Amino acid sequence: MNWISNYVRPRINSLFSRREVPENLWIKCPECGTMLFHRELSDNLNVCSNCDHHMAITPRERFAKLFDGGTFAEVSVPAPIDDPLKFKDQKKYPDRMKAAQKATGEKEAMLVAEGEIGRTPIVAACQDFSFMGGSMGMYVGNAIIAAAERAVKLKRPLVLFSAAGGARMQEGILSLMQMPRTTVAVQMLKEAGLPYIVVLTHPTTGGVTASYAMLGDVQISEPNALICFAGPRVIEQTIREKLPEGFQRAEYLLDHGMLDRVTHRKELREELITILRMLLGQGPAVRGDLPAPEPKKADAKAEPKPAPKPQAKAEPAKPAPQKTAPPKEAPKK
Amino acid sequence: MTKNYLDFEKPLAEIEGKAEELRAMARANEEMDVKGEAEALDKKAEQMLVDLYKNLSPWRKCQVARHPERPHCKDYIDALFTEYTPLAGDRNFADDHAVMGGLARMGDIPVMVIGHEKGHDTKSRIERNFGMARPEGYRKAIRLMDLADRFGLPVVSLVDTPGAYPGKGAEERGQSEAIARSTEKCLSLNVPLVSVIIGEGGSGGAVAFATGNTVMMLEHSVYSVISPEGCASILWKDAEKMREAAEALRLTAQDLKNLGVIDRIISEPVGGAHRGVGQTIAAVGHAIEAELKALGKKKPGELKTSRREKYLKMGSQGLAA
Repeated sequence: MNWISNYVRPRINSLFSRREVPENLWIKCPECGTMLFHRELSDNLNVCSNCDHHMAITPRERFAKLFDGGTFAEVSVPAPIDDPLKFKDQKKYPDRMKAAQKATGEKEAMLVAEGEIGRTPIVAACQDFSFMGGSMGMYVGNAIIAAAERAVKLKRPLVLFSAAGGARMQEGILSLMQMPRTTVAVQMLKEAGLPYIVVLTHPTTGGVTASYAMLGDVQISEPNALICFAGPRVIEQTIREKLPEGFQRAEYLLDHGMLDRVTHRKELREELITILRMLLGQGPAVRGDLPAPEPKKADAKAEPKPAPKPQAKAEPAKPAPQKTAPPKEAPKK
Repeated sequence: MTKNYLDFEKPLAEIEGKAEELRAMARANEEMDVKGEAEALDKKAEQMLVDLYKNLSPWRKCQVARHPERPHCKDYIDALFTEYTPLAGDRNFADDHAVMGGLARMGDIPVMVIGHEKGHDTKSRIERNFGMARPEGYRKAIRLMDLADRFGLPVVSLVDTPGAYPGKGAEERGQSEAIARSTEKCLSLNVPLVSVIIGEGGSGGAVAFATGNTVMMLEHSVYSVISPEGCASILWKDAEKMREAAEALRLTAQDLKNLGVIDRIISEPVGGAHRGVGQTIAAVGHAIEAELKALGKKKPGELKTSRREKYLKMGSQGLAA
């Protein structure tokens, strides 16, 4: 299909040179090479419809598809101090941050939200691999602590989607200290008797795996996700031998007893609802594509103090009683 | 005198070598009087050592922290504790020799001591896997910490590891899970946990033992999220840029104290711990004793809460702290 991008597109562009042509209408699956139309891919949760390869999905997209009616309220995260070490490698750390913020449109590598899934109220946190490799620094630590504190306050379970290359080197020892900090967050949930479910997504490595991402009550992974402490290249250099096929992939970890389940992204939401409702001693969920929840008055009071930023669903196809999310607000692109 | 000079100690090695040569000549030829000359050289060497170690760069500190003659965990345990009774195994897979630990007395007080041991010669280094623990090592530590917790014994951890072992089996048996659980255990103890970074504090492998009420570092030890070489190869795309990386990572005891990550720095003799092993070990012993005494006054619940509070607050002020 190269002729589309190499020949047809430039020709069309030249014909309508003034008109803005949206880019990336077609996305090539990195596994099987199938060209996938962006809307279909998005409807399929960024999973290749041909080979089931799970591509990256942004936290906002994930939450839009996870929460009932795509409605969720962001939980605010206390901002850490900028560039604590005045770190400079080939680039300055603040410059790298700015570039990442510009590229992703996000403030940092983790998004925390509250909402309902299958009418089950939860708090969710999702790591953004596209933001500096999802790396864990002060902000990500603060986000996980904020998520846990919010969950404890609202007596809700926490669902965490991990994706990271590890700790953020630019924050040096302070990034390493997020290992104990996030572990304290997990302990808060355990002591409050609240479920903590980790969904490991591709890739989850290093200090992230060696702290909050491996401490879930239930450990689920998306298919073929790389999950490890030391990366395969490092190990090959150390032991000087070829690693077996599928080493450190989700299925390999499942075989070695390190995970509870490997679950397709399309089945993940249902599975989370099922598990959470049983752990919480609630009845079976009402199935189906639920509209956004009716806001309860008690809930409204329990909103986080810094005004939550309500999210509108990217495609408001179904009329949802979006009282928590004003429909007028344009969805962030 | 040391046998192993670090690269930046070359000028010192020359002077000390010359002094040694003079003395050797004098021994062979009794008529020669070299006393004055040799003493002058000694004095010069002494001054040079002071100057070299006065302001060690972060990379040089890494070198000192990794010095093969630096006292290791076993040296501390042998010297500082009595009735040391090693306890072995994770009751699951194996006994990891990179981690040693067991019951021991510090003065009269029974404690649980755990630490990474690097080994001192080729044979013991291989046996100890250069201080790089596998999951079994962390799980042994968890077991020992749990035992200490149940019987109310304070825990002393001595950290000296390049990092957790990056191997096939270690990954298969859950290296990351073992480290995460060990950190979790540190954070749930109702007994005092005093940690000392005696050499290298290598990333997650160190955190797993060093999440203590009090964390101390020897003056020339280092504690970092990644080795300077690893950082250089990722961010500079050149492992030879380790000097720059060591600088940027702020991995020295002094920087970590300023960041509020550690509580106390223990001074080393001039020329580093390996030039005064007995003195260094004694200083570490005094520091541990003092901290155990101070923590002994706290109530069990308070120990756990204050440890957690400390970590929750950590890093909120940056280098200005």
